[in-house]
Amino acid sequence: MSTTGPLRRSSGEGRLFPILTGAAAFLVPCLVAGIALVLWRESLLSIREFGFAFWRTSIWDPVAGQFGALPFIWGTLYSSLLALLLSAPVALGIAVFLSDLSPQVLRQPLIFLTELLAAIPSIVYGLWGIFVLVPLVRRLEIATPSWLKGVPLFQGPPLGVGLLAASLVLAVMMVPFTASVAREILKAVPSAQREGAYALGATGWEAIRMALFYGRTGIIGAVMLGLGRALGETMAVTMLIGNNPRISMSLFAPQYTMAAVIANEFTEAADPLYLDALVEIGLVLFLITVAINALSRVLVWRVGRERTVRAGRPLPAAAV
Amino acid sequence: MRRKVVSGAVVAFCAAAVVLALIPLGFILFFVIGHGLPALNAAFFTQMPKPVGEPGGGMANAIAGTLILIGLAAGIAVPIGIVSGIYVSEYRKTSLASAVRFSADILNGVPSIVVGLFAYTTAVLPFHRFSAIAGGLALGIMMIPLIVRMTEELLNLVPPTLRDGALALGATRARAVVTVILPAALPGILTGVLVALARIAGETAPLLFTAFNNRFWSTRLDQPIASLTVQVYTYAISPYDDWHRQAWAGATVLIGAILTFSLLARAMTRRLERMHRP
Repeated sequence: MSTTGPLRRSSGEGRLFPILTGAAAFLVPCLVAGIALVLWRESLLSIREFGFAFWRTSIWDPVAGQFGALPFIWGTLYSSLLALLLSAPVALGIAVFLSDLSPQVLRQPLIFLTELLAAIPSIVYGLWGIFVLVPLVRRLEIATPSWLKGVPLFQGPPLGVGLLAASLVLAVMMVPFTASVAREILKAVPSAQREGAYALGATGWEAIRMALFYGRTGIIGAVMLGLGRALGETMAVTMLIGNNPRISMSLFAPQYTMAAVIANEFTEAADPLYLDALVEIGLVLFLITVAINALSRVLVWRVGRERTVRAGRPLPAAAV
Repeated sequence: MRRKVVSGAVVAFCAAAVVLALIPLGFILFFVIGHGLPALNAAFFTQMPKPVGEPGGGMANAIAGTLILIGLAAGIAVPIGIVSGIYVSEYRKTSLASAVRFSADILNGVPSIVVGLFAYTTAVLPFHRFSAIAGGLALGIMMIPLIVRMTEELLNLVPPTLRDGALALGATRARAVVTVILPAALPGILTGVLVALARIAGETAPLLFTAFNNRFWSTRLDQPIASLTVQVYTYAISPYDDWHRQAWAGATVLIGAILTFSLLARAMTRRLERMHRP
């Protein structure tokens, strides 16, 4: 809005305002850069000592001073991708329902309820997981027929805690993020797309498919945003995954994630090398999530360029 | 015919997806409140935690701690967030505004545990001591992007005619923002801040090695401090039934606060929208 003329720009108040507010705003990008810098500086010891071997070896033995982070990478990716597989179809279904199919009366309440899933604190998910979900998963594991037990996917004793329990909770936690961004994307698709499809005699689903296809980059962005959330999720996973740094294919096996190892061991790490190894895990987790979020943001932006499509924690205050 | 069946199946799937997502929500609320309400009493809010084996006791210190922590977080995030939000909304076409918007979204996606690491290295390591300030810093950093984006959106809801009117009367942009636009958006921004606070109050991971925990009553900002979430975590992974009950009660208090603020904000936003969009 260029309502300010040359006359006004010369007044002191007019010049100071953008500088002062801009300075505060400039803090935000600085903060992101600052986090990267500080984490890098604090993990130098471990970076120098192990180099890339840190990420290729799988023995994590703090007592012997051996640090290999592969099991955490494995556990993080495994649990998050499994959760993604479970949550993405559901989240997209919700997005489609809320944008295209829902009766008008139900829409706002349903949006509110699904976004409430994002408002439940991670610790509450974890608490519920320990006392309600884990016993259920254990029962499921005990009920697994013995011929299935031969498959690497289902090996191991029925502990309850483990990859499956963690992924299930992660999937629930991801749904609101993916759903809310995907819904915004579908809203941003020009209505001519759907109307054109209907005019050509398309059924409801075929018209929706057109809209989904039109917004495909944004939909991918929405799914990636959920993935970014899952990768960094800490408390619920720490409480449910079993915290065992051993690489395993099995859904029933206790495993470990990058966020969980930091949460569990950071306060106990007395040795500087141990501490730096944990910070390095944090640094890599930071870089991965930043990359995924940036990519997802760009993808979402490309679709909703004219409209503001928020990528991030759905805040009911702004979302409704 | 086949196409109609496929279409119907997809519609059914989408409706089922909504139900599928609401099941865990109902399940969680049911269990948390079901276990938590019976364990909630006046003592929970007024008494200190009891040692293992002694029944009763409360989380008075943790509740006070959480209030102090979110107070500190708000002290950091609200001024920075609102002023940045004003910049982003007033100068929305500038490249700094896009950079701020982008990095706010990035910061919003940074895992809370990583923010905790950052607060640890900047506010705990130099002083060799866990402290309430470090915890408040971690929570404040997490709150900044929420406040920036929310302020921006709420300011954008204010009709441009209001700004144009102020400018036409000879006000500078600063005056227009401070005396006309900000007051119009303020109720919304304040409720949004409350919601963000309720959200932040539910964070655990960034507090584990910044504010740490404290078994005693403490309001000192340079000392470790208890918080509702870390206390719930400690109790949840303990082997004692008594502590589990306390954990459920704590979770109920958290959920109750978040629900209340979310509903409040929803009502508020809808009123604002009705006001501004005839």
